[in-house]
Amino acid sequence: MRGENAALGAAGLAAFLALGEAVPRLGLVEEEYFPPTSRIADALGTEVADGAFWTAMGDTLTGWALGLAVAVGAGIVVGVLLSVVPYLREATASTIEFLRPIPSVALIPLAVLLFGTELRSVLLLVVYAAFWQVLIQVLYGMRDVDPVAEETARSYGLGTWARIRYVLWPTALPYVMTGVRLAAAVALILAVTAELVVGAPGLGARIAVAQTSQAVPEMYALIVVTGLLGLLINVGARSVERRALAWHQSVRGEVAV
Amino acid sequence: MLDVRGLRKVYEGSGRRVEAVRDLTFTVAAGELVCLVGPSGCGKTTLLKCVGGLLEPTAGEVFLAGRRVAGPPPGMAFVFQEYGRSLFPWMRVGENVELPLKQKDLSRPRRRELVADALASVGLADAAGAYPWQLSGGMQQRVAIARALAYEPEVLLMDEPFAAVDAQTRADLEDLVRALWRERGITVLFVTHDIDEAVYLGQRVIVLSASPTVVREQLRIDLPDGRDQVHTRVAPRFAELRTHVYEQIQAAKHGAARVPSKEPQGADTPPTH
Amino acid sequence: MRRLLLRLVLVLALPVVLVAVWWVSSSGSEDVYWPPLRTIVSAFPDVWTGERWRGDVLPSVLRLAAGYALATVVGVALGTVIGSHRRVRAVCEPVLEFLRAVPPPVLVPVIMLFAGIGDTMKVVVIASGCVWPVLLNTVEGVRAVDAVTAETARSYGITGVARLRHVVLPSASPQIFAGLRQALSVGIILMVISEMFAASNGLGFTIVQFQRSFAIPDMWTGILLLGLLGFVLSVLFQLVERRALGWYHGLRAAARRSR
Repeated sequence: MRGENAALGAAGLAAFLALGEAVPRLGLVEEEYFPPTSRIADALGTEVADGAFWTAMGDTLTGWALGLAVAVGAGIVVGVLLSVVPYLREATASTIEFLRPIPSVALIPLAVLLFGTELRSVLLLVVYAAFWQVLIQVLYGMRDVDPVAEETARSYGLGTWARIRYVLWPTALPYVMTGVRLAAAVALILAVTAELVVGAPGLGARIAVAQTSQAVPEMYALIVVTGLLGLLINVGARSVERRALAWHQSVRGEVAV
Repeated sequence: MLDVRGLRKVYEGSGRRVEAVRDLTFTVAAGELVCLVGPSGCGKTTLLKCVGGLLEPTAGEVFLAGRRVAGPPPGMAFVFQEYGRSLFPWMRVGENVELPLKQKDLSRPRRRELVADALASVGLADAAGAYPWQLSGGMQQRVAIARALAYEPEVLLMDEPFAAVDAQTRADLEDLVRALWRERGITVLFVTHDIDEAVYLGQRVIVLSASPTVVREQLRIDLPDGRDQVHTRVAPRFAELRTHVYEQIQAAKHGAARVPSKEPQGADTPPTH
Repeated sequence: MRRLLLRLVLVLALPVVLVAVWWVSSSGSEDVYWPPLRTIVSAFPDVWTGERWRGDVLPSVLRLAAGYALATVVGVALGTVIGSHRRVRAVCEPVLEFLRAVPPPVLVPVIMLFAGIGDTMKVVVIASGCVWPVLLNTVEGVRAVDAVTAETARSYGITGVARLRHVVLPSASPQIFAGLRQALSVGIILMVISEMFAASNGLGFTIVQFQRSFAIPDMWTGILLLGLLGFVLSVLFQLVERRALGWYHGLRAAARRSR
């Protein structure tokens, strides 16, 4: 079954690429707008040989990784704090419900004014968007704690720190991992967006340059690169999640946010 | 009414070949209540799904009122063990019972009538507006039975329907099935792993062997038609029949040949489970 | 009564404190980029006049609605087809995984090539970004229809359209709604980005115009309005979701109680 699925998947991919080649060649769409697969592949080859491409890739990944790290750290700390301190969670709920849906791109003009095309522009957007993903999952995870385990911990006189360490944290971990996975994907979207719109150096800015200079195949090649990057991040995050949670797959829960 | 001939089912997949049912032949007369009982894992569910047209048998045939079964026939209704998954949680009780009727192109007033009647006869006339998950397990299974009744089947197939409810509810539901069967005169094929249940409910009990399954014995239950939980279960004849079936199943588990019919034993038979 | 009062205090206290802190701390602000909140609030009605609502806010919201609706229809339809057939799913999976991973905003330049810079472009951009979460979640939801549920439907002759309408789609609806929720935030992002890129009206366009002309308090009102829009849409979504998935929340609560 697995072998068959892999073969079918490969066939699907091949058909997708062939379609990308055939449609412009047959003149169904203009080649100028939609270059055939082979020309995109050529452009990709040229990009990969270019040092500036790798610099841009490095910039994008830096913005992504730094932003994600800050968001995850802050999300966990704030989430634990809100869950442990009595009444804090109830008091902050409405504020969180209000701030969370604010689209991070609303901050773009502010980022431009404050930081211009610096890395900090990227970080502002990435952190804002990724932070909520982590925070929400941490809050859900902490709420999922078994009341019996919690009572037991209290009755044995475990202190706050020990309770966090041995009861709350292990319960919340699956949710946290889910939050990190979602945040990783969102962080890449916002990093590329910030580069594309604000002009901070990176793959997004390179796409914008290719667009304005009418270098269509290069633009497609770069988009493919961002897609592959996203794919790598998704697959990587999922495998890390699985490995870290192998011991309690059954209780793993994802909260739709 | 129901005629099963030479039924055989072999599962094949990824290099493994499992013969679940080897060769089954039996009939159920119109209006009869027959219980199928066998050791756990003996392919009872497979058998019932083949009869209900949900599984394609590898060999052999099933006839319902003379017509060969290929795919679920409109004259059969199925009651599953997992009521929680068999009832649709997004529909209210009334809608759950009504949905299969919509497929039968019945008029709206007729559907209403059937739904109300079916719910009333399982004692849930007031529950039409509730969601299934608002009800207890036993009530949910009653809804599933009502759905089957409203469908007006010739044959009712029940696959260990009471295995997941507590003992008291189970006794109530057993009596409900007997009452409905006597009232409505439908043909019932009831699969269970519980020997007491099989003997208490059935007019006839078909004892199956371990997998790959064959019919081991067919036993007429000569208890009076008016049965009740208190008296029937302590009747000496009930104990004899139960003991007999129990021995057959024990032997089936250990793959022995058919145990010759013994003289009835006393009431101090070993517990069945 | 007292509990209700306590809840009200808990809901309102922090927002009130935060706004007050912002108000007070910014009141004497000389920093051009951080104008006093009072200035922003008083600028709000002047900036968002009836004409701006009609000329900028409404077009933005309509584009979002059109793109989101398109993505919903396409995503659910394709997702149902792909989810119901194991082989089709195996063929499509790698391609879908890749397409989903492309950050949606990079599609803006590509779609501009085809669709110019008009409303069509923006609707297509929004739809092409929103469609993936809907599609993939529908696939998962349809695939995961419970085996007993499916057999029950089959044994009662519920097939074809009736099966889709009464069994498959309701059973997949919690997953579909999870996808729709993700799609909503992607849609708002794309609405703003597509207007920032190339447009002559719309919320994103107007806010960038304010920023470029250094009309800082006006820009802040735009940011606030965008935040408000995000909040209102999310509340609306929750209302719809709670109605449509009432059975699901009830079911989950029942399962939790019996755990």
